[in-house]
Amino acid sequence: MVSPVAGMTTKALDWFSIAFDAPLARAVVFGVHIDGHLVVEVLLIAVILFQLSRKSYKPPKKPLSEKEIDDLCEEWVPESLTPSITDDMKAQPPALESAAGPHTIINGKEVLNFASANFLGLIGHEKIIDSCVGSVEKYGVGSCGPRGFYGTIDAHLDCENRIAKFLGTPDSILYSYGISTIFSVIPAFCKKGDIIVADEGVHWAVQNGLYLSRSTVVYYKHNDMTSLEKTLEKMTRGNKQAEKLRRYIVVEALYQNSGQIAPLDEIVRLKEKYRFRLIMDESNSFGVLGNSGRGLAEHFGVPIEKIDIITAGMGNALATDGGFCTGSVRVIDHQRLSSSGYVFSASLPPYLASAAIAAVDYLEANPTVLSSLRRNIASLVEGLSDIPGLTVASNPLSPIVLLKLKNSTGSQKRDLQLLNKIVERVLEEDSVYIVTTKRSNLDKCPLPVGIRMFVSAGHSESDLQNASDALKRVAASVLSELN
Amino acid sequence: MVRLPYTTALTTLFSYGLLFAFGQLRDLFRKLLDWFRSKDLKGYAPICLGLEDFYVRRLYLRIQDCFGRPIASAPDAWIDVVERYSNDNNKTLHRTSNSTKCLNLGSYNYLGFAAADEYCTPRVIESLKKYSPSTCSVRVDGGTTQLHAELEELVARFVGKPAAVLFGMGYVTNSAIIPCLIGKGGLLISDSLNHNSIVNGARGSGATVRVFQHNSPSHLEEVLREQIAEGQPRTHRPWKKIIVIVEGIYSMEGELCKLPEIIAVCKKYKAYTYLDEAHSIGAIGKSGRGVCELLGVDPADVDIMMGTFTKSFGSCGGYIAASKEIIQYLKYTCPAHLYATSMSPPAVQQVISAIKVILGEDGSNRGAQKLARIRENSNFFRSELQKMGFEVLGDNDSPVMPIMLYNPAKIPAFSRECLRQNVAVVTVAFPATPLLLARARICISAAHTREDMIKGLEVISKVGDLVGIKYFPTEPPKLAKEAHKKPVAVILP
Repeated sequence: MVSPVAGMTTKALDWFSIAFDAPLARAVVFGVHIDGHLVVEVLLIAVILFQLSRKSYKPPKKPLSEKEIDDLCEEWVPESLTPSITDDMKAQPPALESAAGPHTIINGKEVLNFASANFLGLIGHEKIIDSCVGSVEKYGVGSCGPRGFYGTIDAHLDCENRIAKFLGTPDSILYSYGISTIFSVIPAFCKKGDIIVADEGVHWAVQNGLYLSRSTVVYYKHNDMTSLEKTLEKMTRGNKQAEKLRRYIVVEALYQNSGQIAPLDEIVRLKEKYRFRLIMDESNSFGVLGNSGRGLAEHFGVPIEKIDIITAGMGNALATDGGFCTGSVRVIDHQRLSSSGYVFSASLPPYLASAAIAAVDYLEANPTVLSSLRRNIASLVEGLSDIPGLTVASNPLSPIVLLKLKNSTGSQKRDLQLLNKIVERVLEEDSVYIVTTKRSNLDKCPLPVGIRMFVSAGHSESDLQNASDALKRVAASVLSELN
Repeated sequence: MVRLPYTTALTTLFSYGLLFAFGQLRDLFRKLLDWFRSKDLKGYAPICLGLEDFYVRRLYLRIQDCFGRPIASAPDAWIDVVERYSNDNNKTLHRTSNSTKCLNLGSYNYLGFAAADEYCTPRVIESLKKYSPSTCSVRVDGGTTQLHAELEELVARFVGKPAAVLFGMGYVTNSAIIPCLIGKGGLLISDSLNHNSIVNGARGSGATVRVFQHNSPSHLEEVLREQIAEGQPRTHRPWKKIIVIVEGIYSMEGELCKLPEIIAVCKKYKAYTYLDEAHSIGAIGKSGRGVCELLGVDPADVDIMMGTFTKSFGSCGGYIAASKEIIQYLKYTCPAHLYATSMSPPAVQQVISAIKVILGEDGSNRGAQKLARIRENSNFFRSELQKMGFEVLGDNDSPVMPIMLYNPAKIPAFSRECLRQNVAVVTVAFPATPLLLARARICISAAHTREDMIKGLEVISKVGDLVGIKYFPTEPPKLAKEAHKKPVAVILP
């Protein structure tokens, strides 16, 4: 079988050679005798080169037909908009029936209120309410427009001037809501490619601002200065590009999630060494720290010009709503056009701006309220120091007193359930209203949960004593049930 | 939609080009002059690069006095605009203590609740004395008062949904809710002209965002089909869920959204709908219930309805209304509910009283009167402006009327000339609108009387002639028509 095929092939090849040999029998090119088989080989090489130069074969892409798209759309089943409701989602907070001062009414009963961040006790203060009433009668309630379009009322400009004068900074800008301040300021200054070093315990609004800014964000261990120094070193070492990029450190003066106070003098030293700018959120420390309530800079004796951007929400010590940001004139002017929470939102209601002015006036005229606040904090922390099963985890100077479980059960959810039980019983049996820290699903903060108590200058000695006694009793009974 | 005539486009581009060239020239001189003076930044990168705020420094600062005008009274139909002066060519403006009374055509005061109201203000003052200006706490921690609970029920009843939740600021409502509802693996389809708060919320959620042409249900259908068929980018897994976000009235166009068609498309493709009624709640619809009532859409067909209290109710804050399960879930996990100070109690009381007036539950028919008045006012004003030859955008019944200006020089001209004749208008330019489509935006209120509006129309017509923005032919008034009928034989020889 093979030999006749072989025979036929050789015969064909011979015939080709003779056919080609005939005309070229005497051709000699470059000393190479041209034979017929040379032509065949040349043709073969040409065919090989041609095949190599073609693109690899890809099956053609057919777009989906209308019917196929229809089928896909019919098959597709979306998830439900929200997950199914579990029992702990059904918990409702109690509705207050009076102002959220140191004593408030819940369900017809008078309770001691440790859940409102009313640090200076300004809720219910006569002068502030009077100035608000005057403001409502003159300007109405809302301001009906963003700052750029007739929403700027002279009360806003007066408030901005007052705050800048109080703090000793060149200028300040008002925002209409506490948490929108920080998450509008950060994207206004930090763009894609900038470097931000932030504390891992910052609260959700700061995290959201950092995410929206699209910069490179690196977190360091909560309130740990060696970790901060290591991170700063890592980000700048050998990085020539870093010279041209903007670099920021973002911290809170008094952390909402843990009650720790940031060591500002250390941070300023590091910032100057590595050439970073500092953005500090003073929502919980404005009006609380420092001899006259001017915040963390006064507390540590750092000149306020060294901090580039200070933001604060006014919903805590100043007993009003909204927020502000202070800094140099360049920093503030830039925000008036590029801060989204300022430009695209209606301005603060004017009566809240007048309340802020009245609160700052009161604080400046009565700095003794700060010493009563400090006294209250000290006595509460002392009273809580020997509760079985719970430890005080916040700084002794912080008006946010955080109690953590000594031995955690292992899962955050079960810790929270245990703490909620303690808190509910304290409210029912002793009429003391305290709360646990709540975490949203979107919050990435890794700090542990606990019981949070807000101390006010309006609390009396007996209030604090009652609270610590109640907590001691209930904690002992609940935690002993566990064992 | 806006039709931009060619000559206008050319002249506008030329004007911007001229301004840009002059700006660059000034920057060049500034660089030369600063060569000798060193700016001591000590190794820090500049906080704003020169290119980023070129528009602000060279174009916006020239006309800075047209924006951010402070007022010294309530934002009612007539306001006291504070006079400002500048010593350094508009770079910094200083307040004086003089103010001029002007007609207010710029504030969002649709139903006239902005100033002291006979029913609302006494109740607001009472709640101020009882609850203080602020609760100083977050909603879950002692910031919920009886007023908040009452208002949530009232809003749910007013809008037509089972439950509602309140927030202290409209902007935060959008930015904090959208990340709760959707995350990575989900798809958000939003209208191309949606508000900045929705854009921020969409970006903060981590979901994929696609945009459909403004108010075009057919393009929305195309986008939906394409996206469902393709699935997630790169992995081609099916999407977890799809939410379509539209607004009731678009504040820069004054148009209503084509809600019935969009809802039909979304139902067909099983996408969820999110309706932002910031400008339309309380202002349109027979009983003020917003765009659903006006266009005959059942509120149960829209999955989530959002709105703000700043515009029609004269207060501050926002709400979300949806089914009981969604609201319960949001109360459990939304960061704005768990971390932000609760809405100020007097503001809550203002909204409660305003809604009661609108529904007629205060025992008078002032609410119905206000609603009828704003509808009449908007339609009257719009038709008169169109008769005068202005290019006015927006649909009938919508209280927002943008008048096209186009040319950058006409923006300050229109604004300053109107102010000189005691009419306060709002002009909007880049970046809130596209570069070539600058406009003046009029917001009509139920507090404007017929005389106010006639005065406003006169002034706008005079200034419009001066500035040259009557792009359409004027409709000749009836008297002129009669005059034309007079025999022309007098002129002919």
